Amino acid sequence: MQAKKRYLLLFITCAFLAYCYFGGYRLKSEKWTVKKQEPHEKLPSYLTLNEEFYDKDLKSTGINNLLLVSRNTNQCRMETCFDFTRCRQGFTVYVYPIEDNISPLYQKILNVITESRYYTTDPSRACMFVLGLDTLDRDPLSAEFVHNLPSKLLRLTYWNNGRNHLIFNLYSGTWPDYAEESLSFDLGYAILAKASMSQFKLRPNFDISIPLFGKQHPERGGEPGQAPENHFPTNKKYVAAFKGKRYVHGIGSETRNALYHLHNGKDLVFVTTCRHGKSWRELQDEHCQQDNQEYDMYDYEILLMNSTFCLVPRGRRLGSFRFLEALRAGCIPVILSNGWALPFHERINWEQAVIFSDERLLLQIPDIVRSVSNADILKYRQQTQFLWERYFSSVEKIIFTVFETLRERLPWEGKREGSVWNSSPGALVTLPQFTDSQQELPFSNCEPGNTFTAIIYSQLGSTAVLYRLLRSVAKSKYLDKIILMWNTDIPLPRRPRWQGIRASIHVVAANGISHRFYPQKLMTTSAVLSLDEDATLNTDEIDFAFTVWRYFPERIVGYPARSHYWDDSKRSWGYTSKWTNDYSIVLTGAAFYHRYYNTLYTELLSSTLHKTVAQSQNCEDILMNFLVSHVTRRPPIKVTQRKLYKDTTVAGIRSPWNDPDHFIQRQTCMNTFVAVFGYMPLLRSNMRLDPVLFKDSVSNLRKKYRQIELVSN
Amino acid sequence: MSIPTRIAQKPKRALHRYRNFFLTFFVLLSLSVTIILTSYLSSLGKTVKRSKYTALTLDNVNSPVVKQIAINSPSANPTNASCNYFNCFNIYRCGNQGNKLLVYVYPLKNYVDPANVPVTNQISKEFYLILQAIAGSSFYTSDPFEACLFIPSIDTLNQNRLRVKEVSQALKSLEFWNDGENHLIFNMIPGSVPDYNTVIDIPVSKAMIAGAGFSSLTYRAGFDVSLPVYSPHLENYKRQAQNRRNWLIISSQININSAFQQDLIEVKITFPNDLMVLGPCYHHNPMNSSIRCAGEDVYNYPDVLETGTFCLVIRGARLGQSSLLEAMAAGCIPVVIADSLTMPFHGVIDWIRAAIFVREVDILKAPEILKNVSRKRVVELRQHGTWLYERYFKSIQAITETTLEIMSDRVYPHLARDYNYWNVPQYPGIVPSLFLPVTAPKTRGFTAVILTYDRLESLFILITKLVKAPSLSKVLVIWNNQRKDPPEPSQWPKINRPLKVIQTKANKLSNRFYPYDEIETEAMLSIDDDIVMLTADELEFGFEVWREFPDRIVGFPSRTHIWDNSSICWKYESEWTNHISMVLTGAAFHHKYWSYMYTTSMPGDIKEWVDDHMNCEDIAMNFLVANMSGKPPIKVTSRKKFKCPECTNTEMLSADLNHMIERSQCINRFSSVYGTMPLKSVEFRADPVLYKDVFPKKLKRFNDIGSL
Repeated sequence: MQAKKRYLLLFITCAFLAYCYFGGYRLKSEKWTVKKQEPHEKLPSYLTLNEEFYDKDLKSTGINNLLLVSRNTNQCRMETCFDFTRCRQGFTVYVYPIEDNISPLYQKILNVITESRYYTTDPSRACMFVLGLDTLDRDPLSAEFVHNLPSKLLRLTYWNNGRNHLIFNLYSGTWPDYAEESLSFDLGYAILAKASMSQFKLRPNFDISIPLFGKQHPERGGEPGQAPENHFPTNKKYVAAFKGKRYVHGIGSETRNALYHLHNGKDLVFVTTCRHGKSWRELQDEHCQQDNQEYDMYDYEILLMNSTFCLVPRGRRLGSFRFLEALRAGCIPVILSNGWALPFHERINWEQAVIFSDERLLLQIPDIVRSVSNADILKYRQQTQFLWERYFSSVEKIIFTVFETLRERLPWEGKREGSVWNSSPGALVTLPQFTDSQQELPFSNCEPGNTFTAIIYSQLGSTAVLYRLLRSVAKSKYLDKIILMWNTDIPLPRRPRWQGIRASIHVVAANGISHRFYPQKLMTTSAVLSLDEDATLNTDEIDFAFTVWRYFPERIVGYPARSHYWDDSKRSWGYTSKWTNDYSIVLTGAAFYHRYYNTLYTELLSSTLHKTVAQSQNCEDILMNFLVSHVTRRPPIKVTQRKLYKDTTVAGIRSPWNDPDHFIQRQTCMNTFVAVFGYMPLLRSNMRLDPVLFKDSVSNLRKKYRQIELVSN
Repeated sequence: MSIPTRIAQKPKRALHRYRNFFLTFFVLLSLSVTIILTSYLSSLGKTVKRSKYTALTLDNVNSPVVKQIAINSPSANPTNASCNYFNCFNIYRCGNQGNKLLVYVYPLKNYVDPANVPVTNQISKEFYLILQAIAGSSFYTSDPFEACLFIPSIDTLNQNRLRVKEVSQALKSLEFWNDGENHLIFNMIPGSVPDYNTVIDIPVSKAMIAGAGFSSLTYRAGFDVSLPVYSPHLENYKRQAQNRRNWLIISSQININSAFQQDLIEVKITFPNDLMVLGPCYHHNPMNSSIRCAGEDVYNYPDVLETGTFCLVIRGARLGQSSLLEAMAAGCIPVVIADSLTMPFHGVIDWIRAAIFVREVDILKAPEILKNVSRKRVVELRQHGTWLYERYFKSIQAITETTLEIMSDRVYPHLARDYNYWNVPQYPGIVPSLFLPVTAPKTRGFTAVILTYDRLESLFILITKLVKAPSLSKVLVIWNNQRKDPPEPSQWPKINRPLKVIQTKANKLSNRFYPYDEIETEAMLSIDDDIVMLTADELEFGFEVWREFPDRIVGFPSRTHIWDNSSICWKYESEWTNHISMVLTGAAFHHKYWSYMYTTSMPGDIKEWVDDHMNCEDIAMNFLVANMSGKPPIKVTSRKKFKCPECTNTEMLSADLNHMIERSQCINRFSSVYGTMPLKSVEFRADPVLYKDVFPKKLKRFNDIGSL
């Protein structure tokens, strides 16, 4: 009885406590929310429909306002200072005939433009105009300064106060203030592509900031990045480094003058010298002596290679050569140049590749660079290499990047997302006219679809070999359709042999060998299986190659492997079809590749390359390999052991393969391509891909691709 | 059973009477103590904050302190159009608490002129929410002397509701104004009749403006922040799950200027089935904001936007329009027709991913332009727009916080978030393609990392075999036996490469994946001490293949996972199958980076679990790499007998069976931790180019490959 009472009492108290706790809490919170919500619930909204309704622009001033503004060329925007109607036919560039002497560097720029796919010789069809007058160096003290530019400009036939003109400039202003805007001529409506631009001076979405590059900068091709290794964690000797001159006095000198505070000679090396110009001794300060000594102790190149971060402080002007040098070396640039608009900052997201710092907070730099994590260092460094190789390593790339930035501003040319610009393979090889969706490009991580289109190039007509090939292709369960490229020289057979084959076969007339890479409307799948008519592949081989390709949609995956080599005796590149331990080419006579490369082949390559192929009626497959390797920077992939992929029994008829000139021709092609690309893009691979159980000692019944086992080489 | 009760009964008699009393007393006592304590503690919390400066209180919003502005008090200097971050922002005020942006909000006051007329209308709900969001954010500080950014609490959101000169005087009178340095002025409706300036007309001197509807002529890059025009319609709006989008284009604004209105009518005549033009409901109540009309038809707004694929956002009197957010909220892709408009959060948000821009002169061509947008792109644009809306524009709070984040990125540029952070949904923290598409350099070779316990004999055989691979640069032995010391240096096999023994502190499997400083190469060969059957050619070829795929696991023993329909779970499979999804790290090359990731970034408790169970570290590694890189591993050359080539006795079978069950459990456990199955299957393996070809051996680079 007692126990019962006691437990009852305990229970009641517990219940009371619980109620107090939970109930009280609820009571309190309710009170709280009511109290909190009250004030703002009752408040009026900042905007009512009334206002939206009555705040109509009754005068319809908007556009006119902008046009009024456009008289002030400092406030130029594309909408006001650019004539879009000139560009309806596409983005084309006209170059004026060269007047006066031009510097070798400007000559390089003009060479690149006139040999590019943007170039037009017809000024009436041109969208943009590039001057034949050298405007790179507008420092009146410089030897390359062109005098009387304003009057020369006025004499230009299409000048029209600079409308649709593109002006390149690397240096402006002069001692002592190095004013950015003093070009010694009136820009008018012209678009300025200039180095060392300040964010606050450039006309947004109109002018373009370009990097400062030197006379030695290669015209095309260009050196690869110097940090191919991905060591983790980074193993550089110095954390941060800088070696350069300082100016002691005048604009831009404060930052460099203060650098010696940060120098510790161990992991931070910041050495400066006062020695430059004629009169440095008169201007030197008390620190110069010691600085000069330390300066001589370090080598610039060695510092660049052995340092994780490289300081890029402003000089007299905002940008400096060392920016590109650091980028190339994979030394993460630390930008100390307040207000500098980094090259192509509109499209390139520099936060991924450089560390921004503030000149006002110079002394924080050691802490900042030491706080970057190892994983981030790896990411930054890889991005420097990517950006260097895709946009900066040659004059051609820099100029093309300018053009592509401009082209994106034409509303009908298509725009690329920031992620295209800032990830491999970059914007220069991603053509927006192919698709507006990233998913359809071979570089996305999306499924490339599970069907393919077979393209068979036929020069011989309806033979038994072709019929056999059609039959084995038609048996593939991944086949979407077959397109027969029919050489126009041969008439179509009245009753073709392939009538019995159960697959949709389209016959397309082809005139010329490059036509097999023409982007056909008929093709709807991402995968293209390119075949020569006398290719001997069985269905298993086709299926296996396709399953492999789906994992590497950005590469050429196929059977006939070839190699390139450097022939030291002839000082030229050689081409071989011998069996070797590695390969760098997979011929498109029996290979899968992404449909996108058809568009690239037709649109991206310069006319010189197309002409080479058209003249020789050969080498189109090598050119395709050059293109894909150039875009992906990866070798192609050879699958399984088949090496002879041609049926030699019919080769006697007209096949070019028996022609001894054939090889020489291909070799010549190759060397032409290298010259036009500016480098050798082909890369070697040491392996081929086989089915998992290929030639394993296990019952054939267990294997998925049985026919492959039977192929002899 | 009975003994404890007896013990308990003993004191019962002595305290019998007073028990109830004491019990109640005790309960009451503890109750009162708790109550006092809680109230005290909560008040203590407040006083700690208030110790020096009072935190912002917004309770007095309806009756704030009145402050009078003298009639001739100076107003702030005119807004300086050439201000930028470097000449008008005082960086030295920042950095008082490391790399953290500190924001101070002035106390709420009601500024009145000498005639007691307030200089602004009553504070708006949205401005109240902005202040509330700032005060509630991690950036807030109540100490103006450590603050980096100052927010005046004068409601400047709508220029129609304030008196320009007086507000400027009020700003000037702020305690820490200092010519507007480091002050941020919020504004969404700038300009006024008749010019409708694109920036708020209040002279604010050096202050920054977080404003909506900037044109590119007035926006000071890197200094101002471009905001969206928040739409009060969206406060209670919720998008329906599914709605058929019957209209290609919807125009819903009621403040389009007449020239554009004419254009739209023209378009409507040409494309009657594509375009829907909504206007105010003249025959209903034109001032009802939640309906819009197209002729006689009445529609709920903004719900009607859900029936359109594209929604026009056209410049009205002002550049910025609230219909941008309304369209995005309704999943309708905004088509911006406003030349020179600076889009919200310009500079960090990539609007090409979510909106379509049409020049004002091209308005008549809008339907053609929009019809050319592919279906895939439409889906992409809509998904991304929805994501942007949910992340940055959903509420005043989200908008305010984003503004402060952008400010923080400017003040601490070395910590600035990159494009991917702002624009890529589900950003996992690691870029999927961590490694550039490169072939790794050969010069440095690889480091063999051998995990061993006490099998000295096979360990020594293995080391002598490994040395035959030309690219081996170092051998690292991880000695995982704490009871026994490794043999003397003299007892190890004599090899011509550096050999280093690391004694571990505990016998853990994860020791094999620790990123030791001794591993100086990119590539490491992770190998068990009993894998003695690999030839030098095989190792060398494996390294060659790894160089071509430096971001993957490249190795010899392969396994696969299959879905077992009967037990509805994953099954581990070691049979001869046509596909593989794992390469065991008993003999595999991988980048040192993955070891680092295994040690630092393994999700969930996988790492601990593996160490506890002494199993499945290789499966865990395969999961990790597949998940981060999205790529399958590469198996090299044909299958070998790896474990115990000579033994065939039946005892092994049951052990084997248990082993398989345990491994299957691992796969199921890991995939539940990841929430998905990251492993990918492939049907290929890598062989040398001339593998099994009828070809002179002399000319083949890798000969000794593929024997059992």
